[in-house]
Amino acid sequence: MDLSAINPVLLVAAMIAAATPILLAAIGELVVERAGVLNLGVEGMMITGAVCGFIITVNTGSPTVGFIAAAIGGAVLSLLFAFLTQVALANQVASGLALTLFGLGLSALMGQSYVGIKPPRMEATPLGPLADIPVIGPIVFGHDMVVYLGLAIVAATWATLKFTRAGLVLRAVGENHDAAHALGYKVKRIRTLAILFGGACAGLGGAYISLVRVPQWTEGMTAGVGWIALALVVFASWKPWRVLLGAYLFGGITQLQLNLQGAGVAIPVEYLAMSPYIVTIIVLVILSADKSRAPGSLGRTFHASG
Amino acid sequence: MIRLEARPQPSAVMAYATPVLAVLLTMIFGGVLFAVLGKDPLQAITTIFWEPVFGEFAFFYRPQLLIKGAPLVLIAIGLALGFKAGIWNIGAEGQYIVGAICGAAAGLAFYPTESAFIFPLMVLAGAFGGWAWAMIPGVLKVKFGTNEILVSLMLVYVAEQLLASMSLGLLKNPEGFGFPGSRNLQQYASAHNAELIAGTGMHWGVVAALVAVIFAYALLARHRLGFAIRVTGEAPRAAKFGGVNPGRLILFCLGTSGLLAGLAGMFEVSGPAGQISIDFNVGYGFTAIIVAFLGRLNPLGIVAAGLLMALTYIGGDIAQSQLGLPAAAIQVFQGMLLFFLLALDVLTNYRVRFGSQEVA
Repeated sequence: MDLSAINPVLLVAAMIAAATPILLAAIGELVVERAGVLNLGVEGMMITGAVCGFIITVNTGSPTVGFIAAAIGGAVLSLLFAFLTQVALANQVASGLALTLFGLGLSALMGQSYVGIKPPRMEATPLGPLADIPVIGPIVFGHDMVVYLGLAIVAATWATLKFTRAGLVLRAVGENHDAAHALGYKVKRIRTLAILFGGACAGLGGAYISLVRVPQWTEGMTAGVGWIALALVVFASWKPWRVLLGAYLFGGITQLQLNLQGAGVAIPVEYLAMSPYIVTIIVLVILSADKSRAPGSLGRTFHASG
Repeated sequence: MIRLEARPQPSAVMAYATPVLAVLLTMIFGGVLFAVLGKDPLQAITTIFWEPVFGEFAFFYRPQLLIKGAPLVLIAIGLALGFKAGIWNIGAEGQYIVGAICGAAAGLAFYPTESAFIFPLMVLAGAFGGWAWAMIPGVLKVKFGTNEILVSLMLVYVAEQLLASMSLGLLKNPEGFGFPGSRNLQQYASAHNAELIAGTGMHWGVVAALVAVIFAYALLARHRLGFAIRVTGEAPRAAKFGGVNPGRLILFCLGTSGLLAGLAGMFEVSGPAGQISIDFNVGYGFTAIIVAFLGRLNPLGIVAAGLLMALTYIGGDIAQSQLGLPAAAIQVFQGMLLFFLLALDVLTNYRVRFGSQEVA
């Protein structure tokens, strides 16, 4: 075992990159849940985004176009969920599971001729001399655009929810859909938009895995990140900045266990690979005592009977 | 203008009609999917649904129906109990894996002793493994109020890693020339879950599935506990006032579904699969969720749904080898089925009305 092989600066930089897919998926799901909808299909939307982004990037040669395609792919899949839960009034838990199962199958089908291909590399953001600052440079300024986009989305979500009318309406719909409906807000339309936003974010997160983190396409490559993102929303008590904190924590554990595997620690690889999931469970246990922050109408079907 | 009007009572006709409609719609849209993939849709559909049962080589495929159907039914029966009560065990795949590991480990511990006690002991160990794995989300939910969906699902990934570690480490065949995977239980008479009647695919797992169906049916239709499960699902507050202990119900539902999934895993590893290997699990635990819904959470419906899903697995394999249909296409097909089922369910509880609302 050689722990000195782990460079702390590179480790922290890698942790930030490892956190990005979880962060994107979780902030999308946070908005969905604040609108009162529980979408358990995050994993399915992520993997669909991963495959869409990968296919388009390989064919166009542009990761930017790929990421846009991934967001669209995730959003289109989430539209199915919106149809099931908002139009057909189906159970949200079951519909979310259906979305995940369907997304895993669909992505495997779409991606089968892309196994083993290497996508064009995502370039780091050209921030010039800033990236050359020792220690701070690689950690803060050495990332690609998507990392900064993720941070921007968190900030924008926070500001929108806290300071704008649209955010207030979204929260009202999530807290009490009957009251929001009585005030004349279109509950289903607002929820559908939130679901689409969640799908697009999950798609981006998935594409970050297939285009930057791995970068390759393999079946089922998201390996539960979508579910960890769901747990993260609970962890964050539905607050945007805490999602950021949580994502760095989980990204950190994922990256750390990979580095420990690489350093040849005496713990078998399989047990290290378990650790992010076990930590998720432990965190859920610690935080589940405080349920008071959950949106009031979370998971409940709305149907205007009047 | 189309709108939905709540029915005072769920429609009994629609409750039976929607699964059939969903299957038909899946066949149509599945056909479109196969056409997009460049296969003859009619041929693909007949290959999947007709060939295994009535085709030329049906004598070979029919036993497979029981072999693939038994674990699906066994797991789905347990899941349905929980789903009825609003307890979502999504981690049956993990419980299935741990059941298989425990069952196989119990058998391999006695290798090469031959004794009639070994197989029953393996059954107990498998059931215990699945039960214990499901009790983790159960106890955490009761004690701390953690979400059982997330915990049971996280444990699937943990179980998969455990499976990999077992087939590379503790349970690795010492005479296996270094290849991963345990000894083959099919070659160990005392531990082999053999066919009970040759050429039918009937093994102990099928028997267990049938027993589980009968028990679940009796429980839901005739027993007080079954009533408590139904009331909890439909009106949790009423159930609480009626004296139902929600904690105990959660533990019962999760424990039972874990136990059955563990049994399914144990019968699979000692019979059709034969050994613990890295790719031992093939997603029965997730497909069983579709089976439970397709069977409308009703034990008898689940038997029919389980056989139908088994058919899509077998037919999918045939279509894969004969028509070159990709394996993932069948997964999409199964996912589609769940979509249509959920979408059509609205017809059970609501009437679709056309035209604008009349003013009373």
